[in-house]
Amino acid sequence: MPNFVMSYLGSTVTPGQAGNQFWALIYVLIIFAGVSVAVVAMNWIERKALAHFQIRLGPMRVGPHGLLQPIADALKLMLKEDIIPAEADQFVFWVAPLIGLLAAFAVYTVIPFGPSQAVSDMNIGILFMLGVSSLGALGIVVAGWASNSHYPLIGALRSTAQMVSYEVAMGLAVVSAVLMTSLNSTGTGTLSMIGIVQAQQQQGTWFIFKFFPLGLLAFMIFAIAMIAETNRAPFDMAEAESELTAGYHTEYSGLRWSLFMLAEYAAMIAVSSIAVTLWLGGWMRPFPNLLQAPLWEFTFSLFPGLTFLGLAAIAGVGTARMPSHSFFRIQRIGLGVFASLLASIALLLLLIAVAGRSADTSIAARFSEGIGYVYWFVLKVAIFMYLFIWYRATWPRYRFDQLMRVGWKVLLPISLGVLIATAIVGVIIS
Amino acid sequence: MNAPAKDGTQDVSKPWQSEKPYLDSNELIINMGPQHPATHGVLRVILKLDGERVLGTECVIGYLHRGVEKIAENRTYAMFNPYVDRMDYVAAVSNGLGYCEAVEKLLNVEAPPRAKYIRVILTELNRIASHQLWLGTHALDIGAMTPLFYTFRDREEILKIFERYCGARLTAHAFRIGGCQYETYAGFEKDVKNFLTFVAPKIDEYEALLTTNRIWLERTKNVGVISAADAIALGVTGPVLRASGVKWDLRKAQPYAAYSDFDFEIPVGTRGDTYDRYLVRMAEMRQSLGIIEQAVNAIPEGPIMAKVPKVIKPPVGEIYHSIEAPKGELGYFIVSDGSTQPYRLRVRPPSFVNLQALDIMVRGLLVADVVAVIGTIDIVLGEVDR
Repeated sequence: MPNFVMSYLGSTVTPGQAGNQFWALIYVLIIFAGVSVAVVAMNWIERKALAHFQIRLGPMRVGPHGLLQPIADALKLMLKEDIIPAEADQFVFWVAPLIGLLAAFAVYTVIPFGPSQAVSDMNIGILFMLGVSSLGALGIVVAGWASNSHYPLIGALRSTAQMVSYEVAMGLAVVSAVLMTSLNSTGTGTLSMIGIVQAQQQQGTWFIFKFFPLGLLAFMIFAIAMIAETNRAPFDMAEAESELTAGYHTEYSGLRWSLFMLAEYAAMIAVSSIAVTLWLGGWMRPFPNLLQAPLWEFTFSLFPGLTFLGLAAIAGVGTARMPSHSFFRIQRIGLGVFASLLASIALLLLLIAVAGRSADTSIAARFSEGIGYVYWFVLKVAIFMYLFIWYRATWPRYRFDQLMRVGWKVLLPISLGVLIATAIVGVIIS
Repeated sequence: MNAPAKDGTQDVSKPWQSEKPYLDSNELIINMGPQHPATHGVLRVILKLDGERVLGTECVIGYLHRGVEKIAENRTYAMFNPYVDRMDYVAAVSNGLGYCEAVEKLLNVEAPPRAKYIRVILTELNRIASHQLWLGTHALDIGAMTPLFYTFRDREEILKIFERYCGARLTAHAFRIGGCQYETYAGFEKDVKNFLTFVAPKIDEYEALLTTNRIWLERTKNVGVISAADAIALGVTGPVLRASGVKWDLRKAQPYAAYSDFDFEIPVGTRGDTYDRYLVRMAEMRQSLGIIEQAVNAIPEGPIMAKVPKVIKPPVGEIYHSIEAPKGELGYFIVSDGSTQPYRLRVRPPSFVNLQALDIMVRGLLVADVVAVIGTIDIVLGEVDR
């Protein structure tokens, strides 16, 4: 194995900081593939969860319990005829989904899955994130404009206004979290995503619990604004199906349309990651300062393996409960293979955890630690993703003017108040 | 860029005959439907917008026109009976009741009491089914997806009762001129009573999702307001009229079938907005449950068919008979020339008349409200276009 491959293993900083471009590229590829897979998985989970909220079964035919449905859908979308309306602005129409997609994926460069599990640690990380993620609005605006059609145009206009107004409240909520990072001996805060998580570790609390209820309020404002930011129900004005048919992507179909969907889900994961990083301790496992004994470390390092074991058990039970009719034979085999795949991943993770249980610097220990970081981070993000589905199943859609009113007259004053109160309390305490 | 349909401030009714300049930044003419997810079928609404604010609307109907009234002139009275089910296919049983009673009136016969009770039970079940479908689609229009599936689940139980009673689920053709063709099946009363205990908590469930939901309140309160005077002037009937505070229900005002035997309230609203219409319909579902319960408990024994000649030949004359369908006053005007076929049959469909109110209800509101108001008027295009 060449030296430059091995060079990075064991490093405690991100490849970006270490100046290791090879590993940075590997991370980019891993994240790109991971996010794409997560979007596909999210597609399936959303359809199934939404179906069960609504006393339906959801996809059941393609693969066991519709597990292959997203893949079938993706294939179908790729094979569809590529339609560009005759009156559309061809180039802009072509480039619009790419803008949205690039904006959604560029954000992942600074998302810290662990203290060294990120592509890079920018000292302006959070600013970069907010800036790039709001570029997504550009893709939507451009798509609505280029379609040269009424409904997409209205959808695009709505989405622009919506994003601009919610970005303000969102930004102020973020600033109050950044303020909290400065509560240390030096009195200087940080905008670095990794630095923010480390500040939470040093202060011994997630920022959501800091200065109760200020942290919680800021978190809630962010949690509301991020739904509006990603155009999800109940703020899905830009693609309000029952009003604007499909909003800004009415004229899009096939692969281009799927790029919009990919961007939307990637953006959802991205904003959830910001929320997790800023308020929910990022990659930290529960009680990292309190439960420090090696035994606790080991117990928590078993969680990823056990989770996969649980998933494997669910899939196994599903396999056992499948009807014994010959029609289901292939599905049963498929689900069985899936269960055993999950089980073998679980075994691998457990093996790594056991091998790395002594707190030394062996590769296994490093791996175990890294897997733990990523696991807790992904778990927290997954909760947000589930909430996105839950919101969608429960709530009606806001009207556009009401949405703006909530943004400017409710969220903005509260977030300003929280920011000022955080600053005052911070000064008094330090 | 976007040429707003080559027009601007022109007469909304004829946006294509415009002599205005090609680009006009003031107003936007948008064509909503006939292929639109929220116009409940093939309604086409031409909207004149200022930004998102609605300056005026023009309903274009006729995409589902089947010439039902003309067909009636070429069918015997009995043959035409199934056709009326296809107008408001969501409340097919009500349509059948109105038609059968109109012809009975023309023939001067009266259905026996047992038939009347069966008619009341099935019609009220149908009213609940219609309101459930309205609630599901209305909520979906406003963005709440889930109630749709809850209401469809519960509506299914009603359709099952219909299926067991007469073999059909949607276009039931449940009644005949002179009574009912079918005696109730064994276990009919039990099924209906089971349904009553089954659906009462389900209606609470819909209300739990919506009635106090902040977003639902904001989306429906003070949206699509119509005053009682306007409603009466436009001939609006049904829940839309009652939500404006007018206590007008043909079941009480001019009782037909066996409605005079039952004790029930007419729910009315006060403000005449979308939320009041929602509340009125929810209350109506509960009232219907009460009527069904009374009817099932008091259903008399006896024949189900009056003495009606094999070939129905009403005397020369004309008749107007109307009933309270789920959507409002459903009237049949029949002119008989003494032959086996109606000389002229005219239907007064509640959806068609109520749809007229759309324009004054949505003026000054936003595009999103148009969808909400179309939903709250509760139209079925099969009935609007006939």
